[in-house]
Amino acid sequence: MANLIIRNLQKGFDGHQIIKGIDLDVRDREFVVFVGPSGCGKSTLLRLIAGLEEVTAGTIELDGRDITQVTPAKRDLAMVFQTYALYPHMTVGKNLSFALDLAGVAKDEVKRKVDEAARILELGPLLERKPKQLSGGQRQRVAIGRAIVRNPKIFLFDEPLSNLDAALRVQTRLELSRLHKELQATMIYVTHDQVEAMTLADKVVVLNGGKVEQVGSPLELYHHPANLFVAGFLGTPKMGFLKGKVSRVETGGCEITLDAGTTISLPFTNAQQRLGDSVTLGIRPEHLELAKPGDCQLQVIADVSERLGSDTFCHVKTRSGEALTLRIRGDMASQYGETLDLHLDSHHCHLFDAQGLVITKALQAAA
Amino acid sequence: MMTLKQSRRLQSVLLGSLSWLIAALIFFPIFWMVLTSFKTELDAFATPPQLFFTPTLENYLHIQERSDYFHFAWNSILISFSATILCLLIAVPAAYSMAFFETKRTKRTLLWMLSTKMLPPVGVLMPIYLLAKTFGLLDSRIALIAIYTLINLPIVVWMIYTYFKDIPPEILEASRLDGATTRQEIFRVLMPICKGGLASTALLSLILCWNEAFWSLNLTSSNAAPLTALIASYSSPEGLFWAKLSAVSTLACAPILIFGWISQKQLVRGLSFGAVK
Repeated sequence: MANLIIRNLQKGFDGHQIIKGIDLDVRDREFVVFVGPSGCGKSTLLRLIAGLEEVTAGTIELDGRDITQVTPAKRDLAMVFQTYALYPHMTVGKNLSFALDLAGVAKDEVKRKVDEAARILELGPLLERKPKQLSGGQRQRVAIGRAIVRNPKIFLFDEPLSNLDAALRVQTRLELSRLHKELQATMIYVTHDQVEAMTLADKVVVLNGGKVEQVGSPLELYHHPANLFVAGFLGTPKMGFLKGKVSRVETGGCEITLDAGTTISLPFTNAQQRLGDSVTLGIRPEHLELAKPGDCQLQVIADVSERLGSDTFCHVKTRSGEALTLRIRGDMASQYGETLDLHLDSHHCHLFDAQGLVITKALQAAA
Repeated sequence: MMTLKQSRRLQSVLLGSLSWLIAALIFFPIFWMVLTSFKTELDAFATPPQLFFTPTLENYLHIQERSDYFHFAWNSILISFSATILCLLIAVPAAYSMAFFETKRTKRTLLWMLSTKMLPPVGVLMPIYLLAKTFGLLDSRIALIAIYTLINLPIVVWMIYTYFKDIPPEILEASRLDGATTRQEIFRVLMPICKGGLASTALLSLILCWNEAFWSLNLTSSNAAPLTALIASYSSPEGLFWAKLSAVSTLACAPILIFGWISQKQLVRGLSFGAVK
C-alpha cells in the first residue's frame, strides 16, 4: 500500500516562495507525473516528498503516517536522480546492495534481491563493473535498480531521461512503463517533457509558478484543459490562440468576433458571459482544416511548414498577427506567403475568459 | 620552410630543455648538499668548489656520535603524523559542512581562515610561548602537535573543501535516501570517493609539519626537538662546519623526500584532481 496525501504544502527559500500551497493525493499503484516549465517547482516538490528539503508549512502523509519531519532514510521512498548519482567508487553490485547493507539485511537475502533487480533490468553481466565503465543508459538502469532492491513504498524519479539521447529516451520510457506494470509500484515522476508526461502517466499534475494548475488523466488534460496555461503547455505542436470578444449570447451558444476579423458561432453557454467580454479561443492543430469552397471561417497567411511524412504541420498567421498551426495530410504542403482559407471545428474549440479560465461547453456542463 | 611536424618537434625539444633546466636549478642546492655531506670539512671549504673528491662517511658517524639522530627522527615522525591525523579529523567534518550545507557566511569564513595564514608567526611568539610555559608544555611534543595542527588547519580545510565541492551533492542525497547516517555518509561514500584528494592533503600537511622550524626551534630544546631543531643545533657559535651541517640536513630531509618520492603519483593526481576532471 502506498497512499500519499499532501496538504497545503509550502516551501520558501530566503523569503522567496517556491511552492505555494499544494494539495495532492497520490493513490496506490498510480503513476503520477509532475510536469511544468523550468522553475515551476516540480523538482522542489519531489525533493520535499523525498525529505531532501525542509518543508516550510503543510503536511505530507504516507499511508496515514505524517512524514513531514521524518528523515529521508525513514520515509521508505527511493529516488532516481537526473544525474543518476551512482556511487563512483563502488561496483554496480555494491551500488545495488548499499541500502540493504546499511539496513543490515542478511547476505543471502541481499544477494537474492540484487540478482532479482539485475534480472529485471538485464544488469547481470555488469555487476562487477564500476559506474564509469558504463554507458548512460546502463547507468540509468543501475540507478533504477538501486531503487528496486529497496522495494520502497513509492519510487521518485527526477527527470531521469533528460541525460539520455533521443533514441534511448524513447526505449527507456517504454521500459519504465513496463516496469511500473510489472512491479505494480507507485511512482512519482518529474519531467518538463510533456510527451513523457502524456505517455507514462495515469495522472498528470501540471505545475506552474509553484501552484497546481490542473490534475487529471493525460487525455482529460489534453481534451479539457482547465485554463490557458494547461491548454498551451500540453500538446505538440501547441494549441493556437485567437483573441476576440463576445458579440452575441443565445441559448445553446454564443458568437465570438475574433480580432482576426471573422465571426464564429460556438456551442458555448455560460450565464456569466456577457456581450463585449474579452475571450480567447483555443484550437488544436488537428481541429483546423483547409476550408472547402464557401466554408471559409478564417483567412491566414502561410508561414513555414514542417513535413514529417505522415503529417504536415503548417504554421500560419492571422491578419491580426496571431500564430496558429494546422495539421494536414503528409503529402500536402503550403507555400510560404500563400493565403489559406481555414475552417474551425467548432465542437473542438476551447474558450477561455479574460482571466484565462476555461468556459465550459453547454453539453459538457449539462452532463 | 619548416613543416608543421618539424616546428612541433622543435617546440617540444625547446620546452623539454627548458623544463630540464628549471628542474636542474631547483635540484642543484639539494644535490650540492648531499655531495658536501660526503666531503671532509677541508674539502667542503675548498675554493674553487670541488666536484670530484674522496668520499667519506665521517660526518654521518660524527652526527650519530654527538647527537642521537633517531631520537630526533622519531620526534619528527610522531609530531608530523599526529598533527596531520588530528588536522584531518577536524578538517573533514568542517569541510563537509561548508561544502554541502553552505550558508551565506561560508565563503567569508573560508577566506577568514585562510587569512590567518598571512599573520607572521613571530607576531604571536610571545603569547604562545607564555601559554606553553604556563601549561608546562615547553619542550613537549603535545605543544608542537597542537600548534602544527592549528597552523595547517586553514589550508587543509580549504583543500578538502575544494575536493568535496567537486562531488555532486546528489550522490550524498542518494545515500541519505538509502538510509545512511551522517557518519556513514562521510565514511562510506564521501571519503572513499575523495581518497586521492585526502591522501594528497595529508601528504602536504605531513611535509609542512616535517619542515616547520620556527616553532620547533622556539618551543623545544632536546626532549621534544624534531629534526629541524637538530639541523639548527649544528650552526654553532664556534663556527660553521659545512660538511657536518650538510650531513645532518641530508639526514633530516631524506625521510620526507623518500616518502614524497614514493607517493609522488598520488600527490600529483590529488593536486590536479579538480583541474582535469
